Formats: sequence, C-alpha cells, structure tokens
Amino acid sequence: MTDISMNKSAPVAKGRQIPDRLTSGWKRGLKSWEALLLVVAVAIFIFNSFASPYFLDPWSLSDASFNFTEKAMIAFAMALLIIAGDIDLSVASIMALVSTVMGVAMGLGASTPVLVFLGLGTGLLCGAFNGVLVAGMGLPSIVVTIGTMSLFRGISYIVLGDGAFTGYPADFAFFGQGYVWWVITFELVLFALFAVLFGLLLHGTSFGRMVYAIGNNATAARFSGIRVNRVRFILFLLTGVMSAIAAICLTSRLGSTRPSIAQGFELEVVTMVVLGGVSILGGSGSIPGVVLAALIMGLLTFGLGLLNVPGIVMSIIIGALLIGVIALPRLWKMVRR
Amino acid sequence: MSILKKALTTTATAAALATALLASAAQAETRRIALVVKSLGNGFFEAAARGAEEAAKELGDVEIIYTGPTTTTAAGQIEVINALIAQRVDAIAISANDTDALVPALKRAMDRGITVISWDSGVAAEGRQMHLNPSSNPLIGNTIVKLAADQLPEGGDVAFLSATTTSTNQNIWIEEATKVLPNYAGINVVVTVYGDDLADKSYRETQGLLQTYPNLKAIIAPTSVGIVAAAQAVTDAGKIGEVNVTGLGLPSEMAGHVKSGASKSFAIWNPVDLGYAATYIAYELTTGKAKAEPGASIPMGRIGTVTLDENGEGAMSDPFTYDASNIDEFSSVF
Repeated sequence: MTDISMNKSAPVAKGRQIPDRLTSGWKRGLKSWEALLLVVAVAIFIFNSFASPYFLDPWSLSDASFNFTEKAMIAFAMALLIIAGDIDLSVASIMALVSTVMGVAMGLGASTPVLVFLGLGTGLLCGAFNGVLVAGMGLPSIVVTIGTMSLFRGISYIVLGDGAFTGYPADFAFFGQGYVWWVITFELVLFALFAVLFGLLLHGTSFGRMVYAIGNNATAARFSGIRVNRVRFILFLLTGVMSAIAAICLTSRLGSTRPSIAQGFELEVVTMVVLGGVSILGGSGSIPGVVLAALIMGLLTFGLGLLNVPGIVMSIIIGALLIGVIALPRLWKMVRR
Repeated sequence: MSILKKALTTTATAAALATALLASAAQAETRRIALVVKSLGNGFFEAAARGAEEAAKELGDVEIIYTGPTTTTAAGQIEVINALIAQRVDAIAISANDTDALVPALKRAMDRGITVISWDSGVAAEGRQMHLNPSSNPLIGNTIVKLAADQLPEGGDVAFLSATTTSTNQNIWIEEATKVLPNYAGINVVVTVYGDDLADKSYRETQGLLQTYPNLKAIIAPTSVGIVAAAQAVTDAGKIGEVNVTGLGLPSEMAGHVKSGASKSFAIWNPVDLGYAATYIAYELTTGKAKAEPGASIPMGRIGTVTLDENGEGAMSDPFTYDASNIDEFSSVF
C-alpha cells in the first residue's frame, strides 16, 4: 500500500520545478530583466560611439575590456554564492594574498607553471578557510568574510610592508598582457570561457538547481535531501579559486605585487552581481545577467573615461545606474497598478 | 539581408565621421597633454592643474586634459591611461600611485607614440621618458627634520605621520629624513604611523600618538592630508604649544593652524609651478624641441631649466617654508 502511494507521488515530485526567480511567471520575468540590461548596454554602446570618435576602435575596446574581465570572473562565482544566500567580501583580499604568495615564490626562483599552481592553491585554501567557518561552523558569511578581508590582506602587508615584488618571468606576462588572436586578449577568452562554464553549471546542472533551492529556503532544501553545507562549502572554494585566477591575471597585467593590489574590488564585484539581477537576498539571478552587467560597467567606465569625465562623477553615474536599473522594474509595477 | 546592409552602412558612416573628426583635430595641430593625477579632489593637484593651464596659455597650441581616478589606486590610473591611449593624446604627464604597476600600461602608451613623463610621484625608469621631481628627496628629507628641530633647541621625541605604506613619496622622504637625523642632536624619532592619506584615519593615528607618547614634542607629517588632521587632533587635545605639527602641507588648509600655533611652520614646493613645469617639459618633448636623455637640459619656461641625471630624473627647485610671516600671502593661492 505504501509502495503504491510512493509511486503515485513520485512523478508529481519529478515534475515540480524550484522557481528561478522570486516573481511569478518567471519566464517572462527572466526575459524582461536581461532584456532591460541588454537595452542599457546597447544604449551605452551607441551613446559612446557618437560621444567619442575614439570609441569604435578595436584596440581601444580591447584595452577597455581590462576594466571588467578580472572583476567579472570573480562575479560569476560570487553570483552563485549570493544566489545561495551567502556572500564573500574577502575576494579582493584573497587576490592580494595570492599575488603575495606568487611574489614570494618568484623571489625563490619559481617558474611560471609553479607560480600559477601556487596561486590557485592559495585561492583554494582561502576559500576553504571561509567555507569551513561559514558552512562548517555555521557562522554568518558576511561577518566571517569581513574578518578574513582584513586577515588575508593583513598577511600581505606583514610580508611586503611598503615593498613590492617585481621582476616576474617574461612568460608570466601572457596572462594579463597576452593576445590570443588580433585584439582578443587572453583575459577576454578566459572571461568568455568562464561565462559559459558558470552558465552551464548554474542553469544546466542539478548542482545549479541546488544553489537556487538553498537560496530560496535552506531548511526546505535540507529536508529535500540536499547536502546544504557541502554545496555552500564548494561555492566558497569556487569563489576562492576564481579570485586566484583573477589575481594571476591582475598580477601579470601589473607586472608587480603590492599589498594594496585590487583594493576595493569586492564592492565592484558585488555591484556587478546585483546589477546583473541577482537578488541580494538570494534565490534568484542568472549568469547572462551578470555577463551583461560586466559589459555595462566596462563600457560605461571606458566611455566616460574617453570623455575625460572625472572619476568622482563616474562613481556617481555608476551608483545612479545601479539604483536606477534596480528600481525601474519596481517603479514600473507600481505605475501599472 | 537588408537589415545587415543597413547596419553595415551605419557603421561605415560612423567610421567616416570618426575619421573626419580625427582629421580635423590633426589639422588644428593642437597638442593634447594629459595631466594625470593620483586622485581628483585634492587641493594640491587642483593647484597643479592651474599651473598646467597657465603653461598652456603661454605655449598657445596646447590643450590640457586634467584627469585621474577617484581612489588612489594603480588599477584606477590604468583605466585612465587606457582611455587616454584610445584618445591618442600627444603626451601623458602622470603623478603615479604605484611605481611599478603602471609600467606595462605606460609602455604601451609609449609604443603608440605618446610622450610619457612622470612628475611629483615617479614611475620606474622603463615606464617613462623622464621624471620631474618637485625637489630632491634628500633636500625634502632634511627640510622636514629641520622644521621640527628649529622649534626644539633642546631636542625631544618626534613621530612621523605618513600616508600609506605604499606611497612612493612619503616613504622616500622619511628614509632621507632618517639619514640626516644624526645631524640634529637630541631629536629622537619614536615611531612612524600611517594615516593612509585619509583625514579620519590620520586624526585617529595622531590621537593614538598623543596618548602613547606623552613626551612627544613634534609630529612630522609629510602629507597634505595628514598634517591638517594631525594639527586638528593636537588642537582638540588642547596640546597647542606642547606638540608642534610640521611637515608638508597646503597653505590654504594650514593657515588656521599656523595662526593658532598648532603648527609653527611647514614646507611645500609650489604645486602651481610643478604643473606648469610638467606641462612645459611634456610640450618640449612632444614637439621634438628637447630630448629626454641623461645629461639633457630641458627648458621649463619661467622656472628655468631642469637637468636630467643618469636615471632620467631631474629636480625642479627647493621646498619653501611657510610660517606666520607669509601664510596669508599664499593661503589664497593654493
């Protein structure tokens, strides 16, 4: 008897979908959000093309891509983390520590593959440290990562003080300064690759569904048989590794390490994720949204730079854009009601 | 198909328009010189920009692009440099946030035919054609210690309040100051603290100094942000007359503290002259009238000439001391 009832309920459970978004009619909502971002991105592109004669130059656009590639790579992992209801504010500090470890190794004569390996290892360890404290011990992620934000960069300051590591091997420069083909930089290829990989991971695998489920209701997810803390731990590992990759690119691009490297990146990464339509409360968001947000921020800062708009005004415009894009759908709903 | 054609035509038109604009810019033969600063909204750099405009007016065919990031980071300045390379400016004159990190970006600028010089805060030799120091580091290091020692005939405890641990300028000056300490009998440096060039952090660091070292006689802050915050902290603690704040500051920001006695005297070069000289040198180099090579003498208009050493560096002039006798004259200038 119990067997029969189990069989009956099974197809129902299989057909049920965990919602992608907080709004009802998620398909339409998904479309409209990315559509809005796309419109903004295209508008900025067109505006820049007319505002400055230098914008539509392949080499200029190639240079401009550095404004967002490194931050976007972290933003992909951060998006998953925020969708799952956590946050990692220590990413920029992980970058500083990764860069410092590579600098120390470089001083001991390590070759480029060893530097990359050590960098990735350091990122993984930092991610694991955050993960153990948050997923293992159940501490709130915002508190833990504010702590590790000071901790990781603090170690860099102790190692480096007011000094700097310079003189990385010549082939190490490829990651941040190399071109794969014509104007296509290595960083741009990495950015595209990770956009696809994270898109597939979040939208095409059961792991991605678990991330949404945890963000919507961690308790319900646990009772559905999802190993919630293991997923959260993996997400912190991913963020650590992506921060390491970004750090390798940035160190290679700057050709040097100082403890202040990547200062303030964490807020730009979070801005990118939120602008991309990821709910800061968790449970909804998409990778295409984050990709578009990265492009918007990159195009906007570069376009304003071409017009020699002072950085202070630029920050105001980006802030206004963030609030505007996020408030617009809500205002639209209020008006329609 | 027709849509594609239309798009192609539009792109072609836009490209033609761009070329036309470029051509008209080239015909005018105006030299576009970008004055890139550490961060905008800093009185020192605003004054330098005024000097740059003064030089531009004298030279006639110069357009000044005054720009910089919001925060004092290397990454922010690289974004600015990329935008300037894309605009194909004729020259970049930069006060760097990081000696080494800007080198790859500035090398790229030079590869594309842009004249690159650094001024105020330098870039490593391979990232620029020459560097204009406002003064020489040993002279500045000596001056800041001398300013403190002049008020302390019997000696006493002195502390440094620096900017960030990665600030190129401040660290060199403090290093040079430390070297000449033996010449000043009785002057005892107890500690160096870092206010990160932020008013509130510098203020708190000063409060910490006053509490930790009750016998402190002077605070040397070779940073325009730090010296004001330190003077304010000393005033608020009621220690005017006990602790003298000195170092490098802007007359307009220090006028009140000089009058109240929190700061007996301080030094600074003239940032207006610095912006003027940097612009003049950039112009001379980009027009090919002068060459940046060791031993070369490059004219700087009304200021004279600068002679480059083997590292391609040159010093503009001596730092200037400001006190109660001349503060009013300069506080309205910068």
